[in-house]
Amino acid sequence: MKDTLIFEESREGRRGFTLPAAGISGGAKEDFLPKAYRRSTPAALPELSEVEVVRHFTGLSMKNYGIDLGFYPLGSCTMKYNPKVNEDVVLLPGFAELHPLQTAETAQGTLELLHGLITDLCGITGMRWGTLQPFAGAHGEFTAMKLFRAYFDHRKDDHRKKILIPDSAHGTNPASAHLAGFQVVELPSDPEGYVDLEALEEHLDDTLAGIMLTNPNTLGRFEKDIRLIARKIHQAGGLLYYDGANMNAILGHARPGDMGFDAVHLNIHKTFSTPHGGGGPGSGPVLVGESLEPYLPVPDIRRDGDTFRWASEHRPRSIGRVSGFYGNIAVLLRAVCYLRMMGSEGLKAAGTLAVLNANYLKRHLTSLFDSPDKSLCKHEFVLSAKTWKEKHGITALDIAKALLDRGIHPPTIYFPLTVPEALMIEPTETESRETLDSFVDTLKDILTTAKKDPEALHRAPEKMPVSRIDEVRAAKTPILRWRKER
Amino acid sequence: MKIEKDLKYTVSHEWVRLEGKIAYIGITDHAQESLGDIVFVELPRLGDKMNKGDEACTVESVKAASAIYSPLTGSVVEVNDDLEGSPELINQKPYAAYIFALEAEDQAELKDLLDAEAYEKLVAEEAE
Repeated sequence: MKDTLIFEESREGRRGFTLPAAGISGGAKEDFLPKAYRRSTPAALPELSEVEVVRHFTGLSMKNYGIDLGFYPLGSCTMKYNPKVNEDVVLLPGFAELHPLQTAETAQGTLELLHGLITDLCGITGMRWGTLQPFAGAHGEFTAMKLFRAYFDHRKDDHRKKILIPDSAHGTNPASAHLAGFQVVELPSDPEGYVDLEALEEHLDDTLAGIMLTNPNTLGRFEKDIRLIARKIHQAGGLLYYDGANMNAILGHARPGDMGFDAVHLNIHKTFSTPHGGGGPGSGPVLVGESLEPYLPVPDIRRDGDTFRWASEHRPRSIGRVSGFYGNIAVLLRAVCYLRMMGSEGLKAAGTLAVLNANYLKRHLTSLFDSPDKSLCKHEFVLSAKTWKEKHGITALDIAKALLDRGIHPPTIYFPLTVPEALMIEPTETESRETLDSFVDTLKDILTTAKKDPEALHRAPEKMPVSRIDEVRAAKTPILRWRKER
Repeated sequence: MKIEKDLKYTVSHEWVRLEGKIAYIGITDHAQESLGDIVFVELPRLGDKMNKGDEACTVESVKAASAIYSPLTGSVVEVNDDLEGSPELINQKPYAAYIFALEAEDQAELKDLLDAEAYEKLVAEEAE
């Protein structure tokens, strides 16, 4: 398969389409568009025939790998299958042809669905109200941190600057807190991977703003002392933020609101079955409890009898807009469809099966690797290839690359940072037992090769368009754009 | 993994080499090995004052960005400019590639640093 850019395939004068003659007669070019707005040289568009363009993009699409092609056990980023009915619904003309500047009266159906979505997400998380504006998970985190800030500012408690974040947290947590003007303090985990309660005690003073937690945490373990943690934080005057990255594990079984959290963000693209990663834009709604509700972003969606409208007047203490319009509506509508198709029993079953699948894999893989713990996990678990590295020189990276050659997307590696040679595996609820068994067999096959012929694994991947990337050069001197040879 | 006998160490995997009142600071062989290929070092500024335990600068590898903590209280009197263009020097010669040097203010703090033997024990314990 060719690896050329479409610009490199361009040949001067080649055409796939010939524009018809202009239908407007008379007048010089200057009459239509003032000179200041016209190009002095033609745009450097690639020149190709239609079949060349089709082959180019079909070729690119064949290099792509996604959940529609095979198993994708990427830990920390739930990559569940997105039912195709979501796409059918969102392509209905009434949704697809909406314009963001349309009046509320002409978009009543959409507003009703979005209003219902906030209501449903509040029911799922045990929160009071929220906003669908944030465009992604980290944007949701940032929004929630701005709400914390506004809460403390309003109470004239603005010396509260300290946000606690466990050492196993997602890297976006400290970034979001920092951007919202807080000081981040890393909280160590105890030997079992839970929040270290003794270390927590040390920070319970009047500079504490709150804590950011993922539950279950990144090791796939449920913070069993969460209510105690919540009580301690609240007693010290702080707030609790729930990072919804791992919500899939507890869907329909437990609610952050009942655990004592004050704000939650959800990754619609993880938990509620909308395109994820390179496959599409994300969405990170934020739901809050009573204490933070007055600060929610505007506009809000309000219901007056049978009509729905944008409303800001009831939120004088709002942090303002966090999105130019109202978030990624087409993504949110897919989630509405998913929720309606699943129902509350279906969602609960999804949570149950996600945990069952993870434990099935963990049980079969624990003996092959070093495992930080042997207990039951939630939706994901972490293995360590430490012994393989010491005995055979095979790292988590080598195993990940070997999986590529065997038609499986590798799990997350080297995260969380607290586990050496980490492999973080999340199968999700949509995989069958046969798929899980085949993944176990594939890993066994790779480990047999690791003993017999470790060099073969260092060469992997051999069947991909490119093999090992020079990560150092890519980070230090990246080539970010194509330049025409002069 | 190499541990130099005559250096001092911290629990956060920095090494300290004392030359009179000037303390040269870098990261250990074990630290560079765990971080992987280092692609960027954000150096502190000359004259920066820091307390023991403060975040002094950041080292970024292909895997993660990690904070380097100041092992002592003092002000920055030297930074290793070579690392700006060649951060890989830390991977190649971790004990030669110092990151910055401090003029130590409080000699008593030196007692809190680990010697080579204690540091070796710490790394072994962490590996378990």
